[in-house]
Amino acid sequence: MSGLLRRSPWRRPVVLATWTWLYVAWMFVPVVIAFVFSFNGGRSRSVWQGFSLRWWTEDPNASFLHDESLHSALRNSLILAVLTMLIATPLGVALAVGLARWQAKIAKGANWLMLIPLVTPEIVMGASLLLVFSNLYTGVPLGRPAQLLGHVTFSMSYVVVVSRGRLLSIGRDYEEAARDLGATAIQALRMVLLPLLAPAILASFVIVFAMSIDDFVISSFLSSGASSETVPVRIYSAVRTSSTPALNALASFLVFSSLFALALGMLGMTAYRRRRGGGDGESVLTEFAKFEM
Amino acid sequence: MRKHEGQWLWGLLAGPGTIWLLLLFALPFYGLACVAFGEIDPIFRNAVAAWNPLDWRFENFGEVMGEILTGSLRRVFVRTFAYVLSAVVLSFLIGYPVAYYLARHAGRWRGLLLALMILPFWVNYLMRMLAWVNLLQVDGWATKAFSAFGFQYNFLDGKGITVILGLVYGYVPFLVLPLYASLERLDVRLLEAARDLGAGPANAFRMVTMPLSRPGMMAAGVIIALPMFGDYYTNDMLSRSPATEMIGNQVDFYLNGTTQPQKGAVLVLVLSALLVVFMSYYLVTTMRMQRELQA
Repeated sequence: MSGLLRRSPWRRPVVLATWTWLYVAWMFVPVVIAFVFSFNGGRSRSVWQGFSLRWWTEDPNASFLHDESLHSALRNSLILAVLTMLIATPLGVALAVGLARWQAKIAKGANWLMLIPLVTPEIVMGASLLLVFSNLYTGVPLGRPAQLLGHVTFSMSYVVVVSRGRLLSIGRDYEEAARDLGATAIQALRMVLLPLLAPAILASFVIVFAMSIDDFVISSFLSSGASSETVPVRIYSAVRTSSTPALNALASFLVFSSLFALALGMLGMTAYRRRRGGGDGESVLTEFAKFEM
Repeated sequence: MRKHEGQWLWGLLAGPGTIWLLLLFALPFYGLACVAFGEIDPIFRNAVAAWNPLDWRFENFGEVMGEILTGSLRRVFVRTFAYVLSAVVLSFLIGYPVAYYLARHAGRWRGLLLALMILPFWVNYLMRMLAWVNLLQVDGWATKAFSAFGFQYNFLDGKGITVILGLVYGYVPFLVLPLYASLERLDVRLLEAARDLGAGPANAFRMVTMPLSRPGMMAAGVIIALPMFGDYYTNDMLSRSPATEMIGNQVDFYLNGTTQPQKGAVLVLVLSALLVVFMSYYLVTTMRMQRELQA
């Protein structure tokens, strides 16, 4: 009894804190080690043989800098991600705005249709797209065109979710004020709603880019051999072979490009905040975190 | 009066996205059924889709179902459920304390920790698996560390435990964030009340925190179980052995490795039918939560 009174009821949870930091170490140490091994002097990806830039730049054939097949995988990944971002974001933002305001009966059906891709396992989507491209839409060749259509399809719904969150917090007041002041529906959309949606559009760009870069299943099902191999497909096919640490270099480079996109997005968000104010003291990162939940 | 004005505009905005999803999501799923219930070309032996449901034939479907219920595929299905269940339970054991600490006790570390929880989303999944393949090679650092403690093990040699741990490693970040979100929303005053009424920390946790975070737990569990059910690449990277094959591996085999896409299509249909319960559960609960938040 006396012990209960003396101790604070909310003790410092040392065990929980240790557990959490161990979790963080478990998440990141392997990845950091994989990055470090891209600087390995020998051919092994598991035994350290001294530091060198051999697999990044020095080896005249097999290094990241000189191996054309690695470039092609990276180029495929980046082009696909940028194109997906440019198509899925406008489609998704428009869909979100439309669904939030549209009162026709089909709107409800469209809303459900939009939600289902969020919970569909990728293999289901990949399999059905592969079959439809090889049996019905035979005009779309497997490879980048099919991959692009697939990536837009699975990422569009995330754009809708992100934009919908922002639409809800904006509310309809600004738009109605604009209408009361004589703006047409289109003017209110263009001059009021769209600028207010800018943070969601920016976040969508970054999230779609990252999702497309990260995707393996759809890219793999819809690829047409080596020429449309993306980096994840390349890692998948090379990981259990005796490929060199150049593979680690390629994978690390891909991670840096998505972190670079994230950093750009956060810079953009900060700039927007500075110009427009608002943000109620929340860090830019928690803003992104909300979109992931 | 304003209400019906501009409706055409909203329909116009929603139109392209909706049509896109109809043509490239809904229709392909129907196409899957048309291949599964279609025919095999007698000369070329390739799949011929039957676009008219009246032409659907069920021999192929029945054959695969027979294999699932009594034949060779039965073990694959049982194994998939066992692996996914183990991986989800392990993910909770690892992830719940992390989410709980983050939501309740992290204090000044919360911002940093939250950033660290989000970061794995930005590291390619295949890169994260590649990292483990390198560590678990026979001469890899993790294998050596284990053998230093007298534990000799060849992790990459078709071991179920490696696949399960790989799934946990891959998907646990997707569990921590939604769990954190639901625990963070939890009203601390309820816990204080429980403590005031004499509950010890363990009882307060068991009788207040757990029941209140249950909807969040269910949703988070479903959201990591769904992709695990369709996963084949984690398995391929960490094992690549028939002894650990899951449903996804069979689908990948039939669709990408053979000229029998019908079998693959049937497997995908069966998998979707099994998962539809989880999918609708997740959608309905998140819709309800959203509506509550709006109200």
